[in-house]
Amino acid sequence: MELTGAEIAIRCLQEEGVEYLFGYPGGAVLHIYDALFQQEQVKHILVRHEQAAIHAADGYARSSDKVGVALVTSGPGITNAVTGIATAYMDSIPMVVISGQVPSYAIGEDAFQEVDAVGITRPCVKHNFLIKDVKDIAPTIKKAFYLAKSGRPGPVLVDIPKDISNQRTEFIYPENVSIRAYNPVGKGDSTQIKRAAQLLLGAKRPMIYAGGGVVLSGAAEQLTGLVRLLGFPITNTLMGLGGFPATDKQFVGMLGMHGTYEANMAMQHCDVLVAIGARFDDRVIGNVEHFAQVPRKIIHIDIDPSSIAKRVKVDVPIVGELKPVLDELLAVLRASKQQPDAADLAAWWKQIKEWNVAGGGLRYKNSTEIIKPQYVIETLYKITHGDAFVTSDVGQHQMWAAQYYKFDQPRRWINSGGLGTMGFGLPAAMGVQLKHPEATVACVTGEGSIQMNIQELSTCKQFHLPIKVLSLNNRYLGMVRQWQQFFHGDRYSESYMDALPDFVKLAEAYGHVGMRIEQPSDVEPALKEAFARKKELVFMDFQTDPKENVFPMVPGGKGLSEVVLSEDL
Amino acid sequence: MRHIISVLIENEAGALSRVAGLFSARNYNIESLTVAPTEDATLSRMTIVTRGSDAVIEQITKQLNKLIDVAAVMDLSEGEHLERELMLVKVRAEGAARDELKRMADIFRGRILDVSANTYTIELTGTRVKLDSFLQSIARDLILETVRTGASGIGRGERILKL
Repeated sequence: MELTGAEIAIRCLQEEGVEYLFGYPGGAVLHIYDALFQQEQVKHILVRHEQAAIHAADGYARSSDKVGVALVTSGPGITNAVTGIATAYMDSIPMVVISGQVPSYAIGEDAFQEVDAVGITRPCVKHNFLIKDVKDIAPTIKKAFYLAKSGRPGPVLVDIPKDISNQRTEFIYPENVSIRAYNPVGKGDSTQIKRAAQLLLGAKRPMIYAGGGVVLSGAAEQLTGLVRLLGFPITNTLMGLGGFPATDKQFVGMLGMHGTYEANMAMQHCDVLVAIGARFDDRVIGNVEHFAQVPRKIIHIDIDPSSIAKRVKVDVPIVGELKPVLDELLAVLRASKQQPDAADLAAWWKQIKEWNVAGGGLRYKNSTEIIKPQYVIETLYKITHGDAFVTSDVGQHQMWAAQYYKFDQPRRWINSGGLGTMGFGLPAAMGVQLKHPEATVACVTGEGSIQMNIQELSTCKQFHLPIKVLSLNNRYLGMVRQWQQFFHGDRYSESYMDALPDFVKLAEAYGHVGMRIEQPSDVEPALKEAFARKKELVFMDFQTDPKENVFPMVPGGKGLSEVVLSEDL
Repeated sequence: MRHIISVLIENEAGALSRVAGLFSARNYNIESLTVAPTEDATLSRMTIVTRGSDAVIEQITKQLNKLIDVAAVMDLSEGEHLERELMLVKVRAEGAARDELKRMADIFRGRILDVSANTYTIELTGTRVKLDSFLQSIARDLILETVRTGASGIGRGERILKL
């Protein structure tokens, strides 16, 4: 049977098992919205801004192992989506974005709502396509899903001109897909895996450093098996949290700019480091030259060859899917007669414990006068029994959530790590809540970030999403204020948020429940009450200490051992 | 160090801009870039001349390989290879210079493709160094126009880049 291009696009989504399509209609996608209207399988979530559609699809993908899908119109539709696409790209999130384009005969004429979508998104997608023939729609969408989720995942854009979405052709959804120039690796090189095992077994001061790749590839179980077998210390990156249980005694906390002292010191002073699905980025190892001062052997396991030896030299590179690589590494280790030297390992753990004491772990001085933001997160952890999905925006609140909420499972901590996109948290929480309708979903945000996509409170009302928003309101763009205090002589240039709205009234205006919490003694009762309201979105406006800073801190450009602890200031 | 990298890439709209965009986005240097379809019309072959440390060149080849449209990459400078560039030079050919330019073209094994009362257009093929030295060998004020293709490269003997 012949179908229109628009009908074919929707049929493709059905074939891919797409549950939710996050989007916003407009002229160039009218045919596609018409086809969407005439079916029930794919449910559309109408956001209030295209950026939110992408973040919602992103949250949906991060909290599951599915591809997030979004639909936007041409011109401003796709330009609004770019921040979301770049966010997904930096964190390697599988996503397919369909955008409308002006009719193919009008491309290049500066038509109404025309923008070069393929050109504008090229640097921030895994791949993109401009459809030129209605016959190409089905095979291209098939390719888009395959590209998005295979290898190192990422967003893929399919741009469909309006005239083509209205042309007819036979609908055949390809069963298989092959792209001759694209062959992602599966298994790792066995020789290298054996070398890695030898290095690990001979290590005196070993360290395991695992990133977001573990979460994305579903290799948390393999990682946990490896860490337990070896008895080595492990740290997670911001993106890797939950890839190994945070309450496990071998977990030394998050590393990096706001990582624990012991995690950073152990990274700096280990003799064998194994990096798993991580990329040694600037917020993780700080200054590359400083990091390289201490000689250590590095094993790097990653799906993407370009992540290996990008910032640091590596002794044993292993390119492959984490699951089969870790399975093989585990098998080699189990078959080996050799064991890590127990005395060396005990001495190393003793050293790490000493660093823990010296660095003070994660600690802050609580107050009965003013709400400490860390206390809010600790209480959130307590009353949700560590079982919530937590999304965050970007800034101090993000770091406190990462430090004080202990994630024992992967895909529970959802934040924009690479791009650092303010406005991510609330729309991402929408995608999470839709994927997990019965789950507890908390969005930890600040009064700055939440205002970047606050219009989504309306979407939450329409689709009955009972997200719990915890806004740590310190009246400052807190992380900017912190850097201005440390590095810019207390000159708080444009970081004070004046003329804030009454968030309680604002939440109520959108049809939700609003709470303003001013006293430390009210934090726990308020959270309990909010989370007891299972069917409602509750917006909690916590009035927190504006002077609180995130510690420990490795200042930008410094080395991992050049950490600033709170009492140093 | 100077490297010459060959790339086989899908002959599709936008493929060239993906490569050019990669170089600018990651702050890699491009000295020259040539591209044309191969005997297999679905593939284009690109020769990129770039400069960078070993680490940068390693990243360049990895990043090129990561592009979905890129089918194969070879750093020709890692082994024996041939490199040729084509140049067309239009020179002012009057009076005594007219004979001198003819002689120079012969010495460099160039060919005069076009002759007018006052000009010659000379075709020269060779390595970048040879083309540079030709230009240095004739008086600067005689050069009216130069156009160069940038280097094309190929491995020697059994060093073959093919799908």
